[in-house]
Amino acid sequence: MEGRRTVDGAAVPLIAGRAKTARPPPRRAAAWTPARLRGLALQAVVAAVILAFFAYLAHNTATNLARLGVNTGFQFLDRPAGFAITQHLVAYNEASTYGRAFLVALLNTVLVSALGIVLATIIGFTVGLARLSGNWLVARLAAAYVETLRNVPLLLQIFFWYFAVLRPLPGPRQSLALGDSIFLNNRGLYLPAPVAEPDAAVVALTLILAVGAMIGLAVWSRHLRHRTGRTPRAIVLAMACVVGTAAFVMASAGSPVAWERPVLVGFNFRGGIAVIPEFVAMLLALSIYSAAFIAEIVRAGVLAVPKGQLDAARAQGLKQWQIDRFVVVPQALRVIIPPLTSQYLNLTKNSSLAAAIAYPDLMHVFAGTSLNQTGQAFEVMAITMAVYLGFSLVISALMNWYNRATALVER
Amino acid sequence: MARGIAVSRLPARPAFSAAAALGWSRRNLFASPFHGLLTLASMWLLWLVVPPLVEWAIVDAAWRGSGPAACANKDAGCWVFIGARFEQIVFGPYPQAERWRIEVVIALAIVGVSALLAPRVPAKGWIGLAMMTAYPLLAGVLLAGGVLGLSPVSTSEWGGLTLTLVVAASSIVLSMPLGLMLALARRSSLPVVRIAAVAFIEFWRGVPLIGVLFMAASMFPLFMPSGVDIDKLVRALIAFALFNSAYMAEVFRGGLQAIPRGQYEAARALGLEHWPIMALVVLPQAIRIVIPGLVNTCIGIFKETTLILVIGLFELLSVIQAGMADPEWLIGDHVRETGYLFAAFGFWAFCFGMSRYSARLEARLAVGRPAE
Repeated sequence: MEGRRTVDGAAVPLIAGRAKTARPPPRRAAAWTPARLRGLALQAVVAAVILAFFAYLAHNTATNLARLGVNTGFQFLDRPAGFAITQHLVAYNEASTYGRAFLVALLNTVLVSALGIVLATIIGFTVGLARLSGNWLVARLAAAYVETLRNVPLLLQIFFWYFAVLRPLPGPRQSLALGDSIFLNNRGLYLPAPVAEPDAAVVALTLILAVGAMIGLAVWSRHLRHRTGRTPRAIVLAMACVVGTAAFVMASAGSPVAWERPVLVGFNFRGGIAVIPEFVAMLLALSIYSAAFIAEIVRAGVLAVPKGQLDAARAQGLKQWQIDRFVVVPQALRVIIPPLTSQYLNLTKNSSLAAAIAYPDLMHVFAGTSLNQTGQAFEVMAITMAVYLGFSLVISALMNWYNRATALVER
Repeated sequence: MARGIAVSRLPARPAFSAAAALGWSRRNLFASPFHGLLTLASMWLLWLVVPPLVEWAIVDAAWRGSGPAACANKDAGCWVFIGARFEQIVFGPYPQAERWRIEVVIALAIVGVSALLAPRVPAKGWIGLAMMTAYPLLAGVLLAGGVLGLSPVSTSEWGGLTLTLVVAASSIVLSMPLGLMLALARRSSLPVVRIAAVAFIEFWRGVPLIGVLFMAASMFPLFMPSGVDIDKLVRALIAFALFNSAYMAEVFRGGLQAIPRGQYEAARALGLEHWPIMALVVLPQAIRIVIPGLVNTCIGIFKETTLILVIGLFELLSVIQAGMADPEWLIGDHVRETGYLFAAFGFWAFCFGMSRYSARLEARLAVGRPAE
């Protein structure tokens, strides 16, 4: 589950390599040779052993559950959970059901993983490119970042952020403040919340229309460029018109959102968005730790572009930005994406470490609190594992699809 | 080597001179206004972080004295705390009189592992085999006791660095052969065997370790016949071994895939059967290729050992945390921060050392093989 520096990302997509490597050649289907019979017998034995093993486990489990008087089944999901969850993205209170608690916990896992992936990608790409920089100091700093952070256990980093940085912060009255709208104290992070103004719908619609128009124009322009070899001036003009109109509508409508600032009332802040410290600690630790691995992936990807490609591009008279955009990035991405997706998967699985600092994620709320309260160990663990396994299978499927789509087509 | 790429990273330095230093810094630090800004920003960042850190952790820190009184300065590190807790950190709650057993086990490990890591030691294969088979048995007997006149020590009394090493070492020793078997099974031509291996590997790679540990704690008793109660540590070790064998299997598979088919066919043409070919031709080459990957997996395992604290086993990190929670030492956040810094440095030193070793090994193994 750790962000490992293994070749596993690279090992999976070797579709073409499979047939050529040293595995036994496929046996011919025709004759009942002794070797074939031996293979069949071996398979029968393996299947029998596996079935017997699972049957034994099932038998033991059934006996134990009967002895303990545990009712099996998923009915407990409709019973009230009776515990509070400190962070819920959808309505939840102590009277809500276990099923609802599951949904809340799942959303919390998704939230911290998704934001973690975005942040880790930004930090990781920055550090990875910095490590390749011609600037000696910048490259050394980036290397120090990678070598320090990927060699310290993630759990320790989570504890560090939570227990050594966030918890010792002053109370709400002595909050660290950024201007008069962002506050950080030992109860969490307080941010201004956007509140929609009456004109917001108009502005949003304009924005959507403008973005849609731009995408349409861009696609059309690309199509024309592929056919004629150049971009018609009319399209550039059309794009300018779209941008201009959109800007005019937005400017005349005024700000589409107002910001509701958190305000200190008594002993705590009211209003705005309150982010619990557990979330902040998880997000920081996950993204900073994973970024170290992503940085290495990015570096390896850029270095994997053959030097001849750069020389050839330079010989063609391409400018540096054109070399980066049309030669380096497409080829580097092909190398970067597979291990990058497996890092995203690792980050998602690592978010389960939240259980150690009681961030209410799936592992903590469901496999922790709910399991202890209901005693439905089998059902709860099955659901939890199925969710993580589901994430994993979906991401692998996407990765395989991407690999097929971008694999080198060789003549 | 193409000058265009490498010139800035490997400056030729015949001798130090002011002009050369100036030229070097102009090329590598101030190549353009943008780079100049970057350099200045980096220097500012270093200035912001390094001097206060050195001051906090070294200059102002409490190094001498005993007890919490020595750490009166709350704005500086408190190494006295680590000193006071050192025995706990290394041995955990292991009985004082029996700690020589841990010392023997660790000393043997150091001898064995250095023999394996050092280049050009004779009979490496035998040493490796002994470290994988005889040593774990011997260490287990020494630590657990109960035979040969050694007093028994329950696993609930194992802790600290000792427990971390026990978990890491047994996961590595157990998961490596299991992983190799799985990798071979995954590449088998027998569909049942292959599908079973794929299902096993993908299941363990798809679930988080902490969930596996929860399962070991809460569900394992359900799987056992009633009356059979397996030690909590053993359950955690089984969980670690199964979980990591899936990752080991993928590393081994990478190596197996890298061996060209011609090797197999040539051996076949010489009249060798399938298993002799695997044992004598394919595996020796494949294992050589995957050694760096295996070392990296071992680093991952070492970092993961911290997770056993969620099921109530007191490894290195949790022993340090328990020390911080000791009422006697609740004198300020600087104790806590020092504890984490110490733990982080401990893990870092080990993992960084291993990764350096792996990089050196990779370079050494690459020698004499055609560049790709």
